[in-house]
Amino acid sequence: MAEMDVSSGGGHKKGPGVKKGKKLSTRVDLTPMVDLGFLLITFFMYTTTMSKPKTMEINMPFKDDKIKVDDSKIKASTALTVLLSKDHRIYYYEGLADDPNNPPNVQVTYFKPKDGIRDVIIDKEKKVDALKQQGALTATDKMTVLIKPDENSTYEDLVNILDEMSINDVRVYAIVDITPVDKEFITATEGANGG
Amino acid sequence: MPRKSTNVDMTAMCDVAFLLLTFFMLATKFKPDEPVTVVTPNSISDIPLPDDDIMLITVDPKGRIFFSVDNQNVRENIIRDVSEYKGLNLDEKQIKAFKYGSSVGVPFNQLKSYLSMNGAEQKDIDKTTAGVPVDTVADSETNELGAWIRIARNNNPKIRIAIKADSDATYPEVQKVIKTLEGWKIFKFNLITGLKAIPQGTAAYEASMGRAPKE
Repeated sequence: MAEMDVSSGGGHKKGPGVKKGKKLSTRVDLTPMVDLGFLLITFFMYTTTMSKPKTMEINMPFKDDKIKVDDSKIKASTALTVLLSKDHRIYYYEGLADDPNNPPNVQVTYFKPKDGIRDVIIDKEKKVDALKQQGALTATDKMTVLIKPDENSTYEDLVNILDEMSINDVRVYAIVDITPVDKEFITATEGANGG
Repeated sequence: MPRKSTNVDMTAMCDVAFLLLTFFMLATKFKPDEPVTVVTPNSISDIPLPDDDIMLITVDPKGRIFFSVDNQNVRENIIRDVSEYKGLNLDEKQIKAFKYGSSVGVPFNQLKSYLSMNGAEQKDIDKTTAGVPVDTVADSETNELGAWIRIARNNNPKIRIAIKADSDATYPEVQKVIKTLEGWKIFKFNLITGLKAIPQGTAAYEASMGRAPKE
């Protein structure tokens, strides 16, 4: 069906002793060429990728076994502790829970766009700003979020919470090992809510 | 009416086909060969993965670790160092297999037999292997990922680390990788994520629109 008309104009090439008496019309069928072209296109479409994968940059705090980390520099009034647990649950409380006589109010939320962890973070930002207005905090104090994933949380939970940090423009946050005290909070809250 | 010819001139179609083909050949890169399918979680971060000097640590949903480096010359140097360090006595054919291969997910003691296999057999092993052994202490004998990282950094000090983990990988497995990196004083690395749109009304959205964040 596809053709190219390459009929020679009467043998202008003088080959040794070959003389074309008759005019031969050579009609080349281009259909296989087009088929090949599309086959190769399909091959490249399936085996290559145009976009490079995207990444999220992580900076962990500097840690050295010989240097003791000074945690007491975080002010409890700026802190929000977030515990990641199973089934994509988030337990959170304000402050650092460093006073054993004053247990914090541990609440549960999820990664929902509305009434989820994002609203919790935004509320905490507003509280920190209000404290700054009142003068209880200096201008350099920023809201700090401590992220403590437990052994039942997934990598997706971790990436989602780090993403929330960047979505809400939280500058100061850290991924910290979960403490036995926090694990007790989780089991106590689970017991109170029925598992 | 004289009978008209039904022969369509396909030259134009052929041109279009080869133009498209040339575009795909020049503007795309071959997908890297992966031993295991990993679905990464999504984030709003749109920083592209740098082109070269990347060490890729893959974590599959079951928590198995695979290790890869992109530059083939660096790969060759790494495998020679590993062969010397662990006394594996890899021959040239196995070294070539590693150099031109993709991610590796076997412990050191199985490395020699893994590299002797052909592609199909390697794929079979990749389905059931336990991955590169890792634990939370960075320089212990059993933390082979730590050894791979150390040798890779010796051969290319500029190398950067990228972690490609599946959404369902449990946190303890990823934590072992992070602790291993911290043990070797690596505190800056990249997590490979999919791209998702910035939610409206948030601080990041306002920043992306060029407005000052709402107070």
